[in-house]
Amino acid sequence: MSNAPVNNGRRRFLTAATSVVGGVGVVGVAVPFIGSWNPSARAKAAGAPVEVNVSKIEPGQLIRAEWRGKPVYVVRRTEEILAELSTHDGQLKDPQSEVPQQPVYATNEYRSIKPEFLVALGVCTHLGCAPTHHKGDFDQHVDGVKDGFFCPCHGSKFDMAGRVFQSVPAPTNLMIPEHSFPTEDTLLIGVSGGEA
Amino acid sequence: MFSNLMAWIEQRLPLMDAMNKHAAQYPAPKNFNFWYVFGILASVVLVNQLLTGVWLTMNYEPSGDGAFASVEYIMRDVDYGWLLRYMHSTGASAFFIVVYMHMFRGMMYGSYQKPRELLWLFGMLIFLVLMAEAFMGYLLPWGNMSYWGAQVIISIFGAIPVIGDDLTLWIRGDYVISGATLNRFFALHVIALPLVLVVLVFLHILALHEVGSNNPDGTNIKKPKGSVPPEEQSKFAFHEQYTKKYDIVDAIPFHPYYTVKDLVAVVIFLIVFCAVMFFAPEGGGYFIEAPNFEPANSLKTPEHIAPVWYFGPFYTILRIIPDKLLGAIGMFGAIIALFMLPWCDRGVVKSLRYRCTAHTVNLIQFAICFIILGVLGTLPATPLNNMIGTIATFGYFGFFVAIWIYSKNEKTKPVPERVTG
Repeated sequence: MSNAPVNNGRRRFLTAATSVVGGVGVVGVAVPFIGSWNPSARAKAAGAPVEVNVSKIEPGQLIRAEWRGKPVYVVRRTEEILAELSTHDGQLKDPQSEVPQQPVYATNEYRSIKPEFLVALGVCTHLGCAPTHHKGDFDQHVDGVKDGFFCPCHGSKFDMAGRVFQSVPAPTNLMIPEHSFPTEDTLLIGVSGGEA
Repeated sequence: MFSNLMAWIEQRLPLMDAMNKHAAQYPAPKNFNFWYVFGILASVVLVNQLLTGVWLTMNYEPSGDGAFASVEYIMRDVDYGWLLRYMHSTGASAFFIVVYMHMFRGMMYGSYQKPRELLWLFGMLIFLVLMAEAFMGYLLPWGNMSYWGAQVIISIFGAIPVIGDDLTLWIRGDYVISGATLNRFFALHVIALPLVLVVLVFLHILALHEVGSNNPDGTNIKKPKGSVPPEEQSKFAFHEQYTKKYDIVDAIPFHPYYTVKDLVAVVIFLIVFCAVMFFAPEGGGYFIEAPNFEPANSLKTPEHIAPVWYFGPFYTILRIIPDKLLGAIGMFGAIIALFMLPWCDRGVVKSLRYRCTAHTVNLIQFAICFIILGVLGTLPATPLNNMIGTIATFGYFGFFVAIWIYSKNEKTKPVPERVTG
């Protein structure tokens, strides 16, 4: 290096200015790299609403619909099942559905638009496995409760309104997706009804 | 002629000098035992994984529609395809066996203690990248266990407050695990992470050779220059990088002495490796799990989701904690605790041969708890298993708490000046 006098203030300013501009550049370049990991337009299009005909579901029966690649459980609950829902509030983590795991119009004791039909994502809120539907033999998991869902992965338990029991790994009730009944017999999963 | 060529290269790039520095004139303590072969074995497995991995990509098709079928194609129609795949899948499990042994060696002989903290940290980073590599690689066959295993692991990030759900969506690139997820995992598995891994291994070895190898006695084989009479110094010629500043005792050159010893270990290791690869490539359902012979199905969860055995300990910690966020913290905490080991241990004596009895007991209980957690990770979550898992988790974390306490004013035995055997 030469012995020319050094203007330290100017040198510091130039170093700082170069670093800042360079840093902005790095952030700018990172945008496309990070952004390209978002769902593509095709993936978003595949997430369109799904229609289900509910008139053919037998009382007590569960059918699986597929929406956004996830299983959606649609259960036609009998009077008996509905009556049982109020018997075990004390054993639940969130009996009143206070955690927003459902649209406003399903924030009620049955977590549904029509009490008869439970529409819930069949995705355990713990780590995303598909809980198994136990019809009549759920009391092997919870004493005195005949129907419910049991997750085979880590033993989380849910009742027939998708509400989670205490002392299991799942933190919240099963997710109720946006849905609506455009006609008496059709269920549309993925959009809320305008009048609901 | 040849020596002229060598000299010509040497003047432009000191290759022979580097070889001498890191092999033929590298002073390695003369008392290495059985536990010191696993570093070399890990390198052998790494080469196996890189080589077979490159060959597998030649016939593998990274797409949601084609992945499962292309793996079947490799297994049935490609000449020696089955062999390459089994070398790769058996290699994955073998990698973790040797790495766990390698880490335990470091814990027994205090190889993480000052001045080898950075060496230990590089090792832990290698372990972390290895786990990411194994996890992403396991998705690629696109079997049903691949699929649901990935579902469970990615969901762990959903436990992070506020950004969790968006983060999992971003990782998957879709509302569920799909071909988009498979493709990005493929890219990371075959390009990004192997590059990182190789760089880390390089740094790990450089850091090792800078501070020098530890040994089962935990003694220092580099004495201050001029403090050791010549007749007591090691008789071998070592690189001036080491002899310039130190008098070297109790050491032999890495090559040929330890290369020959390690060759024996490599041969024995390969015999066992081949026995598994040819006669039990699925490892009794632990190396390749039964549901993975079915294609991925987003609507059907396997009855019992178990991770591959090497994730078992961390997976058990995740699921015995009955809270999603705390479970995730516990799991990552188990790995972070290992990272922090050089600072949890406040002792100055390295080898367990000369440390207090409590240390030996603590180390044994840690190993037992680790194995129990691993076994539980492959079993269903019954109340009894959860109870045992809880105790073992306390044992795991208790190791780090206990070592921090007793290492402060530890009653140790006198450490010999020179190695003992």
